[in-house]
Amino acid sequence: MSEALVSVKNVVKTFPVNKGLFAKKKFVHAVNDVSFEIMPGETFSLVGESGCGKSTTGRLIDHLLTPDAGEIWFEGKEISRISQNEMRPLRSDIQMIFQDPYGSLNPRMKVQDLIGEPLLIHTNMSGGERLKKVHGLLEVVGLSPAHGERYPHEFSGGQRQRIGIARALTVNPKLIIADEPVSALDVSIQAQVLNLLQKLQKDYDLTYLFISHDLSVVEMISDRIAVMYLGTIVETAPKRELYSNPRHPYTRALLSAVPVPDPGRKKKRIILEGDLPSTTNLPDGCLFHTRCPYCTDKCRKERPMARTIGEGHIVKCHYNNKM
Amino acid sequence: MSEKLLEVKNLRTEFKRDKSWVTAVNHVSFSINRGEILGLVGESGCGKSVTSLSIMRLLATRNSKISEGEVLINSRDLLQINKKAMCKVRGREIAMIFQEPMNSLNPCMRIGRQLTEAILLHNEISKEAAASRAYDVLKAVGIPEPNMTLKSYPHQLSGGMCQRVMIAMAMSCEPELLIADEPTTALDVTIQAQILELMEEIREKRNTGILLITHDLGVVAEMCSRVVVMYAGRIVEEKPVKELFECPQHPYTQGLIESVPKLGSNMTSLPSIPGSVPDLAVMPKGCKFAPRCKFAMEICREQEPSLEATDETGTRRCRCHLLHTDRQEVTSV
Repeated sequence: MSEALVSVKNVVKTFPVNKGLFAKKKFVHAVNDVSFEIMPGETFSLVGESGCGKSTTGRLIDHLLTPDAGEIWFEGKEISRISQNEMRPLRSDIQMIFQDPYGSLNPRMKVQDLIGEPLLIHTNMSGGERLKKVHGLLEVVGLSPAHGERYPHEFSGGQRQRIGIARALTVNPKLIIADEPVSALDVSIQAQVLNLLQKLQKDYDLTYLFISHDLSVVEMISDRIAVMYLGTIVETAPKRELYSNPRHPYTRALLSAVPVPDPGRKKKRIILEGDLPSTTNLPDGCLFHTRCPYCTDKCRKERPMARTIGEGHIVKCHYNNKM
Repeated sequence: MSEKLLEVKNLRTEFKRDKSWVTAVNHVSFSINRGEILGLVGESGCGKSVTSLSIMRLLATRNSKISEGEVLINSRDLLQINKKAMCKVRGREIAMIFQEPMNSLNPCMRIGRQLTEAILLHNEISKEAAASRAYDVLKAVGIPEPNMTLKSYPHQLSGGMCQRVMIAMAMSCEPELLIADEPTTALDVTIQAQILELMEEIREKRNTGILLITHDLGVVAEMCSRVVVMYAGRIVEEKPVKELFECPQHPYTQGLIESVPKLGSNMTSLPSIPGSVPDLAVMPKGCKFAPRCKFAMEICREQEPSLEATDETGTRRCRCHLLHTDRQEVTSV
């Protein structure tokens, strides 16, 4: 078996919420005992609804946050608790693409300076060399070198996302964490960016951690998928397995809720009752039991453990075989 | 033949930008029948929301104007009546649900007061009767504990709950037409499914006409009976939903449908439309889609095609020169 590029082991992250000076301290349980591995060259996706902890997980891997418990290994090295100085050389291996292409580019910098900035930190290239590399990258992502002279506001959303991608590519990373890279874009532009991401993966041997709420996008781009709910992974499976044979009731509901652009196909939606429980006050037992249509007494009392039920197919449900 | 509830004719809306006027909505015409859901689709900036705001006359007069057209509801032109009469129409005849439920509710007012405000404005009933009506509408939209919700402030509710409150508010005076401007875009898929179900139920029970504005073709396919596709402020195609997905005629509609990732299709790459939407101020001369169209011909760049009916009843329309010629893919544009 080949070695995993990233492996996340039982990671927990909570954020304190202060409600007044004398109030009891409360915590938002953002990530709850999450474990997964990403193999080199694959696209691993985290899907889930807002507030399920997918972005927090991405930030933990990128060392933008430190976990409260658990370990994060990158290329055989434990990185969750190393210092900023030790992390700096690794930053060129792990790059991030953000959701909001408007907010993640400095409006006062020219595009060529934005893309070239990582080179300034990670290499000793001269100005001329940097510019040459930047021009090359602009072409790679489908912009022209002349665009380098412009400022971010002169670009459309799709073009800005391309700039974000070029910036992530400058230092030849191994892992790219793409946090909802296409959700702010229109469908026709979204398709362009997704195709670009796939092409780059082939050309540069990249590994992606793809974070998204859109199950159809995730299906197109991923090799393996983990479905998150309330800070925990409820089901992990290879793409085909997850879509053809979902075992967790939440995954089923999620898949059935996605509107399909085909008016001929009338399917039965599984409508989940109610809203997400608050993450400051997690339910006892199975985290999903408050909304689960198959909930039993056991679910209310006992938290299910992760069980492997097929090749690479892991489910956290008491009744994974009986549904 | 079902009767027409709303008829928009030749609507043209302009905005002031740097001392000149740019046209955001250009000669848009469509109609909605009772009990029908009409989808209005397009990408951001194509004028879908401006169309709905023009119908409701909610655009600021300082920097925008509706320069042409008619908006007929029950054979009355909303663009001709005065402000006071318009207030009577909003809520009573046409109600609107906005995209961001959190931002559309007044944060300093309890839900109960916001709901009864609208009811009291349009009906001559006592406060108590209005309160019980508010309770009823909240119950109807599937809120588990209406009494609790009536007493809470918007920030205490989740996004899905807020959207339910918005729908309850819109439905409280039993309008004939409901305009839903991206009602589920800010919501998660499982909550979206709940809200869509609710809108369908309302339509069935009350025979309300719904104008559903969205960019999500999946939502359109599941909800609408007819669809109008807009691009750059113009209608490019109109068709019953089934035909639109089976045989889209306009190259833009085709591209749009192809570029949506479909669940369970096992695709690994997507066909995409090159380029991006043109700026309102610097529109191409001929067909507005020509610079991105793979079938573009000489005439497309020179002359804008007109929106032509492709059947006798006029319910199917398309704006493209290709209707008259065989299409040939042009590789180098």
